[in-house]
Amino acid sequence: MSRVPYTSTTNACKLCTPLGAALVFKGIEGGVPFLHGSQGCATYMRRYIISHFREPMDIASSALGEKHAVYGGGPNLKKGLLNVMKKYSPALIGVASTCLTETIGDDVQMILHEFRKEFGDLELPEIVHCSTPSYMGTHMEGWHRAVRAIVDQMVTDKAPPAHSVNILPSLVSPADIRHLRELCATFGIAPVILPDISDTLDGTAKEDYEPIPEGGTPLAAIRGMSGARATIQFGRTLADRDSAGESLRRRFGVPCHTVGMPIGIRESDAFFAALEEAAGVPMPREVGLERGRLVDAMVDAHKYVFGKRVVVYGEEDLVVGLTAFLAEIGMKPVLVATGARNMGLEKHIADVCAGVAGELPEIHEGVDFHDIAERSATLAPDLMVGHSKGYRYAREWNVPLIRVGFPIHDRFGGQRMLHIGYRGALALLDHIVNAILEKKQEDSPVGYVYL
Amino acid sequence: MPDGDLLDERRSQVHRTGEGPLDMACNRESLAGAVSQRACVFCGSRVVLYPIADALHLVHGPIGCAVYTWDIRGALSSGPELHRLSFSTDLQEKDVIFGGEPKLTAALDELIDRHNPKAAFVYSTCIVGIIGDDLEAVCRKMTATKGIPVIPVMSEGFKGNKREGYVAACKAMFRLVGTASGNEAAPLEKEAVRAAVRPMTLNILGDFNLAGEIWIIREYFERMGLTVIANITGDGRVDDIRRCHTAALNVVQCSGATMDLAKMMKEEYGTPFLRVSYLGIEDMADSLYDVAEFFSKDDPDIMRRTQELVRGELAKLMPELARYRRDLQGKRVAMYVGGSFKAFSLVKAFRHLGMQVVLVGSQTGTKEDYEELAAITDPGTVIVDDSNPLELSKFIKEKDVDLFVGGVKERPIAYKLGVGFCDHNHERKEALEGFVGMLNFAREVHASAMSPVWRFVPRREKRPAHTAQAATAATGQEKKEDAA
Repeated sequence: MSRVPYTSTTNACKLCTPLGAALVFKGIEGGVPFLHGSQGCATYMRRYIISHFREPMDIASSALGEKHAVYGGGPNLKKGLLNVMKKYSPALIGVASTCLTETIGDDVQMILHEFRKEFGDLELPEIVHCSTPSYMGTHMEGWHRAVRAIVDQMVTDKAPPAHSVNILPSLVSPADIRHLRELCATFGIAPVILPDISDTLDGTAKEDYEPIPEGGTPLAAIRGMSGARATIQFGRTLADRDSAGESLRRRFGVPCHTVGMPIGIRESDAFFAALEEAAGVPMPREVGLERGRLVDAMVDAHKYVFGKRVVVYGEEDLVVGLTAFLAEIGMKPVLVATGARNMGLEKHIADVCAGVAGELPEIHEGVDFHDIAERSATLAPDLMVGHSKGYRYAREWNVPLIRVGFPIHDRFGGQRMLHIGYRGALALLDHIVNAILEKKQEDSPVGYVYL
Repeated sequence: MPDGDLLDERRSQVHRTGEGPLDMACNRESLAGAVSQRACVFCGSRVVLYPIADALHLVHGPIGCAVYTWDIRGALSSGPELHRLSFSTDLQEKDVIFGGEPKLTAALDELIDRHNPKAAFVYSTCIVGIIGDDLEAVCRKMTATKGIPVIPVMSEGFKGNKREGYVAACKAMFRLVGTASGNEAAPLEKEAVRAAVRPMTLNILGDFNLAGEIWIIREYFERMGLTVIANITGDGRVDDIRRCHTAALNVVQCSGATMDLAKMMKEEYGTPFLRVSYLGIEDMADSLYDVAEFFSKDDPDIMRRTQELVRGELAKLMPELARYRRDLQGKRVAMYVGGSFKAFSLVKAFRHLGMQVVLVGSQTGTKEDYEELAAITDPGTVIVDDSNPLELSKFIKEKDVDLFVGGVKERPIAYKLGVGFCDHNHERKEALEGFVGMLNFAREVHASAMSPVWRFVPRREKRPAHTAQAATAATGQEKKEDAA
């Protein structure tokens, strides 16, 4: 249910639109994110992203001042692009607008058109732009808009057929993306993962500071997406939207599988089924073994987790995936919440809970942590699952918080957390069970040795 | 030309000590596309006012501005913690079209009733400046309705840099100053207020109580026989600020943040101010002596007490520092900080550790600040205004730096280059002010510069073996400390 009428926001459970776009552009090979707005937006988002990934995150800005706000930001956008070209030699600059430039009415498409004409003699990078006013949607909206913009603006011709699959993984961790690539290899298929932040936001120690870190989806691979055997995009809520995968299907006939975030058994099954179909091979033995190990562990764990009441919050598709898994292991999601609006969460949660959960959780869209806390007070949760922002509430209620998603800035290694596929579910299961055991051990007057 | 690979427009913001006259361009807009480390006007206001713990801080704008500033500073409170919550009007598209005033009114109405704050600050963001919501009018109405001061902070992000934000914050606070007299019965006329000034009292300005630092400083002042009326703004309270005009002195730390408030108070109430710094040994001691001297006309014994305090603290500190200095001697330091005033103290503090500062930069320094930096740094030191990751990484390599001091955004630059890093910004969890802070600082510097991990970083793997030996020595020392 959505909140009406208006109430103010206290401790938001979402981030702003351009942040998602900046993360996407960071996952392109040679890509530099560029925010068209005042300097603060870029700097705040850099700080925020750095605290999660612990990696450099250079976001350029058109650094608009008062006179630009009055006379338009075009000149500064052009100047900024030239400076980024000089210092970074990027293969791609991803320009995302902000609430300021959207509201003063800057026509970024036209400015870029002029820019290409004025500086056509220079070797221009690919310049992709997307409209991301922060008063429309959340960071996930910005993410999907940027992916869509890349596909629409760069995939313009039908590429020769290739034995590849496009994977649009949404916001998952670098470790998840590395796992995806490995999985595709076991299916004997080359994936084009868009975006690919596995190296750019989880890099190695190097000889030098790289202006643009190595890695990211190669531009040629993006242009070739029109020749892929299929697109698999993660996120049940994408099915209701005009997504990047849908754009590739409509324009180039690339079959599009929209699956849920592959978290837990059944959502992962659906992903692997799509992969089997795209690759034209049955599930490899190794993957089957991982599924078996997961089921085995679920059996081992079932008594510790059964009936435990969980509050789940975060990005719309992530919470659907997490709820699916928590219900599968017999936990009781009592509240599922997201800061996003109009995501059809009730239906998606009902779908993933079907057959495993007795009673459906309360579902709230467009909420902040004040609402979540207010609702949870009567729900008496045993556990919270979500990003670091729930910490103050978990502390208040003295329940464990399983940190999943973005941002994780009060723990180490958020970027290396695995969630997806059978292996990811197993990692998540270990975390959850151990958190419950630790709490039980801590609360116990005698201190168990065997549990 | 050593700086040939700087962007042309950036060259006038880089200087090398001793190489020609200093003619630094500063306090200008950040260059588009240069990836400045700076934030915006809103950021400046938010950081200054943020630690006032019993005020409601409502960000009027789309959600981003509020979420990125949600509880990001380590400003501790000894009482209420309202400042740690993130409030926003969360403007949506239709508000941008039809105006955000109704939402602002509704939000204030709801939040003031819910939290009973002593005052409310309403921050204006970029978009509010564009759509032209009349914050002043909304705040005036809410002040009348709710019976608490509801104060607009004119902090539209695009209206300059962080420095303008400091001014906006000071203007907002100044509206509170003088609205309560120290003696509640006294009238508020200016002359009467001036007469009501209480001897042996002061306000602490420009300290944000990161990791509880202001508590260390307050204790020093109290040991000197002084009473602190208002903490502005670390561990701040609205009522204290309202009566802070009754203090005999303002001590101002942080070059940019609260100096404007001190100037306004001087003009309006005649309150004198002293610039101080609590970082490092000399600056901490000098600051206490300056304050003691100011009050010695009221209490001739204060200087003696202050000397005792400083002597006692130094007796504890110096032997410990000497141990760290043995390892750190000769190491090179770069720093990039928000305000430049902190940099003066740090340059001196590093000398006590035997370390040499080879790069110093700031986001918001003034020409005078940079002149002073040029005067106190060694020849060849790079001084830079409003820098960016590529420039900083270039200078770190050129100067073969061992330690970088900065904030979260600078951390990965240092780490990728295999250089130790100390957070001397608002997220720090260690108190670095005062004499005890100097020891904490030395300990952190030591742990950062001496860690054996740098041996494994590609850029430094091939460095001479003395690094490795020093690291072994350090580990030995840590063990001794643990045993003790």
